[in-house]
Amino acid sequence: MPGTECLRYVLKAAGPDSVLVVPACCTSVIQGIYPGTAMNVPVYNIAFAAAAACASGMSNAFCALGKETNVIVYAGDGGTVDIGIQALSGAFERGTNFLYICYDNEAYGNTGMQRSGSTPLGARTTTTPGGKPTGKKDLDRIVEAHNPPYMATACSAYPLDLYKKVKKALSIEGPKFIHILAPCPPGWRYPTEKTVEMGKLAVKTGTWILYEREYGKLTISGPSKAAMKRPAPLSDYINGQGRFKNLSPEVMDEMRQQVERNIQRLSREEAGVC
Amino acid sequence: MLTIATGNKAVAAAVKAAKPGVVAAYPITPQTEIVEQIAEYVTDGDLESQYIPVESEHSAMAACIGASAGGVRTFTATSSHGLLYMHEMVHWAAGARLPIVMANVNRALGPGWNTWAEHSDAFSQRDTGWLQVFVGTVQEAYDATLMAFKIAEDERVLLPVMVNLDGFALSHIMQALETVDLGDFLPPYHLPHAIDTENPCVYGPMTGPADYFRFRWDIERSMRDARGVIAEVEREFAERFGRSYGPTEDYRCEDADVVVIAMGTLGKEAEVAVDRLRDEGIKAGSMRLRWFRPFPDLDLAGREVVVIDRDYSFGFGGVVAHSIRSKTGVVPYSVIAGLGGQEVTYNDIADFVRNRHPGTETWFGVSDHV
Repeated sequence: MPGTECLRYVLKAAGPDSVLVVPACCTSVIQGIYPGTAMNVPVYNIAFAAAAACASGMSNAFCALGKETNVIVYAGDGGTVDIGIQALSGAFERGTNFLYICYDNEAYGNTGMQRSGSTPLGARTTTTPGGKPTGKKDLDRIVEAHNPPYMATACSAYPLDLYKKVKKALSIEGPKFIHILAPCPPGWRYPTEKTVEMGKLAVKTGTWILYEREYGKLTISGPSKAAMKRPAPLSDYINGQGRFKNLSPEVMDEMRQQVERNIQRLSREEAGVC
Repeated sequence: MLTIATGNKAVAAAVKAAKPGVVAAYPITPQTEIVEQIAEYVTDGDLESQYIPVESEHSAMAACIGASAGGVRTFTATSSHGLLYMHEMVHWAAGARLPIVMANVNRALGPGWNTWAEHSDAFSQRDTGWLQVFVGTVQEAYDATLMAFKIAEDERVLLPVMVNLDGFALSHIMQALETVDLGDFLPPYHLPHAIDTENPCVYGPMTGPADYFRFRWDIERSMRDARGVIAEVEREFAERFGRSYGPTEDYRCEDADVVVIAMGTLGKEAEVAVDRLRDEGIKAGSMRLRWFRPFPDLDLAGREVVVIDRDYSFGFGGVVAHSIRSKTGVVPYSVIAGLGGQEVTYNDIADFVRNRHPGTETWFGVSDHV
């Protein structure tokens, strides 16, 4: 499962003096059933809407105790862009010293693939059986509006890139955010062995752009640089996924335009032309 | 030190003395003065706490949970809708066995908007696993808050405590307040299951029925043990500081034929009513119920009882009246009064006693006996 693979790299980068705060998501399940655990760091499970606030209290407690333990929220897209967004916004506005990681499979996967605010236009989920009529919520621009010292996007298909970004994030004081695209075989309806390929196609088609934003300054990450100049055809990404089956030409066209708009916006910003 | 203070200021003063590592709070009328005063203490350097001005009450309790588990003493304060908004996390705090202390300034619930005293907010949380104490004076607001930390953090309890004081009727009323030099009354915060990266544990993971059920039983076992711990702490407090408290505050009850049971400020008002009734030759007494969870054992045998509920469980009855009835077997005269801050004077309470009809219920000023 991509969310789990990513967690391995996150923890490898973070090291043992770290605590994970986990709201309801796939990671609530994969950590194991009490009294067993698959984790080598403390994991604090918390209610769906509460991860960033819980981490906020924990970060302040460690500060009061003079500890430098990393506090890392590891949350899915539902727990971030929907039910958890208020706590996330509050924690970032307050300048909480923590790292918030959203691993995004673009739906409520743990409960059987219902649509979330992060589900893209046209995608079929169990609650959008005819395809989602509206687009994916642009979480990164919402987080960006909080002016965090560090934020980045990543993808499960590029683990080294993710590892470096977690390392860098944890070297910076204040609220940090990493948004990982994590393709989900059963939810997106493609064979499991194509998971890495699916993540790479998301990046190569420019659907998902890898970048870092340090103190507001944007840097496009290596894999996305080439992709943004000559993006692979969007159909390479779309056609391999059952959730996008039978897209109308209009929706397909709207998706293409959205990809193009994102590429142009970020290219212009990086070039200093806004 | 002898001073005068409002109920809210008394709570803040107790928090300052208890030195929590983290205070996370969101303002709501009529609790605001507590969080404002604590913010001022922190800004002025009178209290070395991390003050987290959260964006909601749900986050206030979530932050307290993270901080308490992180290894520091934790406090928050709320009221009414704020308490209801954090309800999910109120359950979570008790289930996670965290000794968080919260002041709840009792207030009615909308609609319509009403900021005056009522106990429905606290009673809506009665099954969460929190200890609940209701205070009647400014001094008691201070003393109960101090004791709440010690009771909550006792390893035989390890459950959160809610200190309830009536909105405006106590939160904004000025009375004499004797603050104390705590000495070593409160030991340093020690949570046996605090987060420790040297000994990594998973907290609150998926849990099967057998373990889950056992955890729930552990909460109830601690709730039962809490009765003894409360008595111990209240005894020690009396020895150190000279003010004694118990599960109820009894006034002229020894030879009373009829006992008025109320909570919070109405319980203090009832004492004046009792004096009036005694002057008329009615052998009345007042029993102000302080602890609501754990619910105390009460001896009411051979007495008539008038219960005043500043709350209601719709389709059922007054929460306190029915608690008394189920716990003692006594069938009280149930008076529903003071909802939404309705004024209830000692004369009114004396009338409740004079006109009592055991086994019936009346809504003061609204309905006849039903």
